[in-house]
Amino acid sequence: MTVSPMQFVPPQDFHARSRAALDDPHLRQSFKGAMAFLQDKRRSQFGDDDELQRLRDLGEAVRRNALAKLPALLEALEATLTAAGARVHWAATPEEANAIIHGIAAERGARRVIKGKSMASEEIELNHYLEARGVACLESDMGEYIVQLAGEKPSHIVMPAIHKTRADIGRLFADHIPDTAYTDDVDRLIQTGRHTLRQAFVDADIGLSGVNFAAADTGTLWLVENEGNGRLSTTVPDTHIAIMGIEKVVEKLEHIVPLASLLTRSATGQAVTTYFNLISGPRREGELDGPRALHLVLLDNGRTQAYADEELRATLQCIRCGACMNHCPVYARIGGHAYGTTYPGPIGAILSPHLLGLESTADLATASSLCGACGDVCPVRIPIPKLLVRLRTEANRDPHAEVDHPLKGQGAKYSRGERMVWRFWSGAFARPGAYRLFRWGATRLRALAPKEQLGWTRYRTPLEPAPRSLADLLRARGQPE
Amino acid sequence: MTARDAILGRLRAAVPAAPQGAHAAAARDAGLEARIDAHFGARREMPPLSPVQLAQRMQAALEAVRAQAWCAGSDEWPALLAARMLEAGVRRVVVDTATPEGRMLRAALPDAIEPVAFDRPLQDWKAELFGTVDAGFTVARSGIAATGTLVLAPDAVTPRTVSLVPPLHVALVYAHTLHADLHAALHAERWQDSMPTNLVLATGPSRTSDIQQTLAFGAHGPRWTWVVIVTDKETAQ
Repeated sequence: MTVSPMQFVPPQDFHARSRAALDDPHLRQSFKGAMAFLQDKRRSQFGDDDELQRLRDLGEAVRRNALAKLPALLEALEATLTAAGARVHWAATPEEANAIIHGIAAERGARRVIKGKSMASEEIELNHYLEARGVACLESDMGEYIVQLAGEKPSHIVMPAIHKTRADIGRLFADHIPDTAYTDDVDRLIQTGRHTLRQAFVDADIGLSGVNFAAADTGTLWLVENEGNGRLSTTVPDTHIAIMGIEKVVEKLEHIVPLASLLTRSATGQAVTTYFNLISGPRREGELDGPRALHLVLLDNGRTQAYADEELRATLQCIRCGACMNHCPVYARIGGHAYGTTYPGPIGAILSPHLLGLESTADLATASSLCGACGDVCPVRIPIPKLLVRLRTEANRDPHAEVDHPLKGQGAKYSRGERMVWRFWSGAFARPGAYRLFRWGATRLRALAPKEQLGWTRYRTPLEPAPRSLADLLRARGQPE
Repeated sequence: MTARDAILGRLRAAVPAAPQGAHAAAARDAGLEARIDAHFGARREMPPLSPVQLAQRMQAALEAVRAQAWCAGSDEWPALLAARMLEAGVRRVVVDTATPEGRMLRAALPDAIEPVAFDRPLQDWKAELFGTVDAGFTVARSGIAATGTLVLAPDAVTPRTVSLVPPLHVALVYAHTLHADLHAALHAERWQDSMPTNLVLATGPSRTSDIQQTLAFGAHGPRWTWVVIVTDKETAQ
């Protein structure tokens, strides 16, 4: 079996990739079907709208409570897990997180890592980092395994291989897995995946997983999954490394009950997933299985930037259900890869600028009609449309302007020309004398209107003043100005 | 400065000071838990369901997630499971020797089915467990009737992999341990006071929809889940 290196796509090429995606009927068909399916599944779980709205209120309250106490909760989580025999590591950057994980692998002489699903590990490009240092990483979630085999990245945070049809996957398996004939029968494909990966769980030195929720009071890592690969990854190898963004901790175990219900129902339309795997420490004396070493890596990677600003902090309420992308008319048409970021769709547009800076991600917030669907379905009531507008403002702010909470890449889309146009416009409209002069000039000199008008003429015909102003026309009909 | 200090420093610089002091904060927190309790409490049947009703609901929920479920008396279930396993072609099943239930099942197994004891650390027989064992038997700590969920608390007697590695997971759950929903289970069992190293809430056989949104069973965990809900005579009253 060969695993090709993953593509690395720069988010700044967003426009070019969206255009390519729009011109790909195969891709558009895949996403259209998948989004309709996921929307229906979610709807089937929320028949009682009153219950949904109350549960969303609770979800928001739990997340806001946790964020308000975040530093203390992280310290409490560290203390409870450490007391249980786990080791807790802190990483401010992806480089630090990668080095910590590689350090654990090197210390144990580990060669093989089996991975449960973890978006945080995608975010830090862990597979690349470890493979460059001689440690093999194998994804075990079926969707993640498929995209790894194809040398791609996930196109959806919950369903990584959503852009592929079963025929694509049948060909991929036939080409890459020895002694595998082509089939597009889903049951047979899944059994092929199961058999191919089974030995990898036995052979792995380290199991690596993400974390859906962490409870500070009991020191519990709460993992949500359907396939059992998460349980195998966190149970069979001698070492388990969990990685999570610092925002995932909540104050109490009981606070997770409403969040877990919102997560599974919003994400896949299931009342519960097959497994909730609650881990509160490594193997204890006398136990015959389970990892003997448990490590937790707490990752910042720009989250503290979002945290610093009261409005942008809501970004960190996210529980990664993917409902916002499933309901986004832009995501449904261009798919996840066009974004070029680990987290695509509306949540990606509001989260990625903190992770990567606005320099490469400023376009993402403009890929929205502000229809509001993402905000309407968000289970923890993140005001996504409001945050999209805020990030547009930050991207167009003068790069040298001094603000309370400057964002990485402030003013990435700032244009002196555009700023001058707006300044002229507001000046002309604020003073009647100036406006009359502008009106007189514009109607007389309309032939001189430029044919290239900044971004406007990229997709639209040039603006040209009318031969007579509205005020002139009214006057001609005998009405006062 | 360490990464820990840097992260906590940035967070602390941003947290607004609590405006009304510790008392107000404590009152607000109590409000959050009370709101969660009220939400789930209001959706629960009154008067509470009897163990028999919970058992029926558990059975229906299990069948809805493609598990097989039976209600059986405390003297009936060993023979029932033994017969079903024989029919399904099970040859080796992990069963403990320490619990009364483990010993009862062992006593009921026909010669064609070999009981295997999990009496060594996993690393000493990993390949054997993955390659040669057809089924694993566990006694659930409790169950959640609304969703057909087994609450599994693996320990030295019944390790974590028994319910995970073999393709068939056979579970026993007593009707009198069933809870209406997850919220009720967490509170009745006071999970916050003592969590085992691993607590698993398992609902049916492993599954995936990762290929073109088509549901398939037997992903990486068990392909089949069987649950016998023991409704003894005391419960029936």
